[in-house]
Amino acid sequence: MGRLGRSIALVCLLAFCLGQAPPAGAMDGPAVVTVAQAGVGGPEGEALAGEGPGAAAGGEAAPGGSPWLTQGVIESLASSKVNDRDVAIGALSGDPSDGATEVLRALLEGRLMVERSTMGLFVARPDGTYGDLATGETIGDAGGRNLRKAGINNRQREGLVSVINNRTLLSPNLAVRRRAAAALVPSKNVDPVLIADLLTRETDPLVAKSYGKILALHTLQDKGARPGEVIEALGFLGANLTPEAREYMRNLAEGDDPGVARAAQAAMASQDSQLEHIAFFETIFFGLSLGSVLVLIGIGLAITFGVMGVINMAHGEMVMLGAYTVWGLQSLLPGQAGLALILAIPVSFVVTGLVGAILELSIIRYLYDRPLETLLATYGVSLVLQQAVKIFISSNNRSVETPGFMSGLLYLSDHLTVTYSRLYIIGFCLVVFLMINLVMHRTRLGLEVRAVTQNRAMAQAMGVNSRRVDTFTFVLGSGVAGMAGVALSQLTNVGPNLGQSYIVDSFMVVVFGGVGNLWGTFLGGLIIGMANKFIEPINGAIMAKILIMVGIILFIQRHPSGLFPQKGRAAAL
Amino acid sequence: MRLAKIFACLVVVCVLGMARFGLAADTIKVGILHSLSGTMAISETTLKDVMLMLIEEQNKKGGLLGKQLEAVVVDPASDWPIFAEKAMQLLTQDKVDVVFGCWTSVSRKSVLPIFEENNGLLFYPVQYEGQESSKNVIYTGAAPNQQSIPAIDYLINDLGVKRFYLAGTDYVFPRTSNKIDEAYLESKGVAKEDIIVNYTPFSHSDWQSIVAEIKRFGSEGKKTAVISTINGDANVPFYKELANQDVTAENIPVIAFSVGEEELSGIDTGPLVGHLAAWNYFQSVENPANEEFIKNWHTFIKDGKRVTNDPMEAHYIGFNLWVKAVEKAGTTDVDAVLKAIVGLETPNLTGGTAKLLPNHHLTKPVLIGEIQSDGQFQVVWETEKEVEGDAWSDYLPESADLIADWTDPVNCGNYNDKTKTCGGAEAPAAPAE
Repeated sequence: MGRLGRSIALVCLLAFCLGQAPPAGAMDGPAVVTVAQAGVGGPEGEALAGEGPGAAAGGEAAPGGSPWLTQGVIESLASSKVNDRDVAIGALSGDPSDGATEVLRALLEGRLMVERSTMGLFVARPDGTYGDLATGETIGDAGGRNLRKAGINNRQREGLVSVINNRTLLSPNLAVRRRAAAALVPSKNVDPVLIADLLTRETDPLVAKSYGKILALHTLQDKGARPGEVIEALGFLGANLTPEAREYMRNLAEGDDPGVARAAQAAMASQDSQLEHIAFFETIFFGLSLGSVLVLIGIGLAITFGVMGVINMAHGEMVMLGAYTVWGLQSLLPGQAGLALILAIPVSFVVTGLVGAILELSIIRYLYDRPLETLLATYGVSLVLQQAVKIFISSNNRSVETPGFMSGLLYLSDHLTVTYSRLYIIGFCLVVFLMINLVMHRTRLGLEVRAVTQNRAMAQAMGVNSRRVDTFTFVLGSGVAGMAGVALSQLTNVGPNLGQSYIVDSFMVVVFGGVGNLWGTFLGGLIIGMANKFIEPINGAIMAKILIMVGIILFIQRHPSGLFPQKGRAAAL
Repeated sequence: MRLAKIFACLVVVCVLGMARFGLAADTIKVGILHSLSGTMAISETTLKDVMLMLIEEQNKKGGLLGKQLEAVVVDPASDWPIFAEKAMQLLTQDKVDVVFGCWTSVSRKSVLPIFEENNGLLFYPVQYEGQESSKNVIYTGAAPNQQSIPAIDYLINDLGVKRFYLAGTDYVFPRTSNKIDEAYLESKGVAKEDIIVNYTPFSHSDWQSIVAEIKRFGSEGKKTAVISTINGDANVPFYKELANQDVTAENIPVIAFSVGEEELSGIDTGPLVGHLAAWNYFQSVENPANEEFIKNWHTFIKDGKRVTNDPMEAHYIGFNLWVKAVEKAGTTDVDAVLKAIVGLETPNLTGGTAKLLPNHHLTKPVLIGEIQSDGQFQVVWETEKEVEGDAWSDYLPESADLIADWTDPVNCGNYNDKTKTCGGAEAPAAPAE
């Protein structure tokens, strides 16, 4: 609290020194000026700093006739002309009050509504009610009013984000403050005096680092800066990766002062090596995540194709059905995208497992040992399934929501980030692989499956019901494909063609890994994913695909049974 | 019993056939050449439906030249050689008076010789890469100068963008379009190192590395934008990855030339808000003509949720122009209609008028829209008046001197304005007459 009080006092002081900022056009003015303005309200600074819908009371806080909300501002905000809105936004940006901030936030989040007939403004609240900005009244619902969203474009959105960010620079919430400070780094117009003052009072090292970057960047742009200062700034920027400084460094490196030029070159070299490291780790992560997707879609096939010798062309459609399960559950449970996604994992296993059972009992069991016929029959089934989805659901893609916990980034460092969705999918792949291994090696069913794989006749002689084992294996493979579909629904289109785009990849993984070997599929998938991601930055996505294909063909030429060939008598079959 | 059934069937077939034959004498046949199956069916089926709607409306108004219009629908199944076959069938067997059809450039290129040999008439409704003008084709979609060039102007002037990442699917439209865009950017003083061009295969699904590259490219202190000619299915994972890696419209806007209302209807648009698209029509434009068109469409298709999009408007304009041209010429004869159609005007759905130019392209307004959370676009910028479609790009050295003019005395699809000659080796798409 003490620190916050100090900051507020500081800002008040600064605001006093600066005097009243011009109301219009403040958006384009020095960004930090608005920090000072945010503090004019004194203790309100704390409330301002709160983020999210907490500030939704703005409508009431600003009853009609409040100084900032003139009829002119309302009319300009409601206008469909960009220039009119610029004026209104400029006026509101120059106003530090809660009400103005809330209107700006509503505009940014698309909650500011305009009534078509009267051009009156309403703020949509999270609880479904609307606040009339002119009168301050709350109305229950839109009540048949013909509302449209107030217009906003990217430039205005950008301006608003920076205004709102700056108002949160004093937030007691560390995460919010860090984000606001980091967002200020690329900003061109900052007041170095203010930032330097903020820096002396900042206790958090990350926020302080952002301020340091801002100051150093400013020094690079400053024509009047002494060479010593510039060299120091370059050293700081070189050590603390700031890609935004690249352009200035390039200019300085070609400048007249040899000392500065050398320092700029050193800073660029230091940045390059840091960026290279980051790119390398990113590529490994990308490779892992692509690999785990390949493993997920391949592993079901490894069971049916590898273990049973059935070429199941409908495997891709099982993946597709799994993805549609997510969509179905999300439609059944509106507003609970996360729950639906988690529920979809077992449900998709059951659904696609059932489809697999029907497929096995009605078609495939009559075609064992006739691979060509199985191939054609299952290809037919895949077309039937695709067309069924087109007829009964739609030929258009379905939109699947990404739940909150799956979206966003995990910051490993300032610039090294990994996406949560990929992280979850890598984890999911490991869990699925582990479970299949448990089933195969720790259960009676698994034992029987392995026995039938090795020698069907002998297993039958030992009393294993090989028919039953076949059915269960096929159900297991299909169910796992369905679970892969759940993962894919978070990454790609959920549409009738989903399966087709993955069937080739999954066969590739299984053949490369070695038919009939789960570990082979696992390693094969990861290797292909990794190779793909390491080739892609060098040769482009198309070349990467071609090179991988060629590589696999050459590999299969030399090792016809893949990475992990089956050993023993079964291999001869 | 069985014989009786077969006989009954035969009778029905005969009656139908006769009815058709009888009608054929006093109907005007309109061929519809859109894929109803295969990968392009998603987009093209809608265009078939909109044509059927327009024909039905025209027939309610009393038809054309006192005759009813009859739609002849064929399905080229997203297969380019079949496009050529079906076009041949429409022109030589069904003897249609006009054809509305095609979506991809490769399908248009495959039917082009058929239409030229048989002197047919094709209305092509999709934005395309230009560098073509045929006597027998009316291009009702945008040429590059009606889509990408104004979009780049908007990025440079309004958003202050200095670096450009050109991402496209690997086929003819993105490659040609990017070539023009690059030349235009360089003419605007954008340095070579501030442009990256990247191509990906159809249905590319793993965008991690590319989005990471975009992020790196955009973090070096200069305002960066992505110009996307990514087509079809690959867009969903692309936008999802952008959202995942926190590339928002405020830091790095993406402007797309192939993403419209129809494509957005299968995406969770929440994370896409603010990204851009450049078209000549948006469903959200408030205009009485547009509202009536949307209402009619919803009634016709019996689904109030179906969206309208740019190629649908192109068919609307194309159909109205053709109707006017036939009325002016008093016949459906292709040469007479082609003579009559140049210079005709018809209102756009978004206000303003579309005028058919001598180069068989239209005047069109260019609109830039930002994606909204409801899957619609909000117009943030538009050209002051309609832009004239230019068949041959002025920014590519090989086509800078070429013009297309299908009126006398030039009457040529690739006329070199400098040497005053028609046709050249570098213009295979539009052979001289």
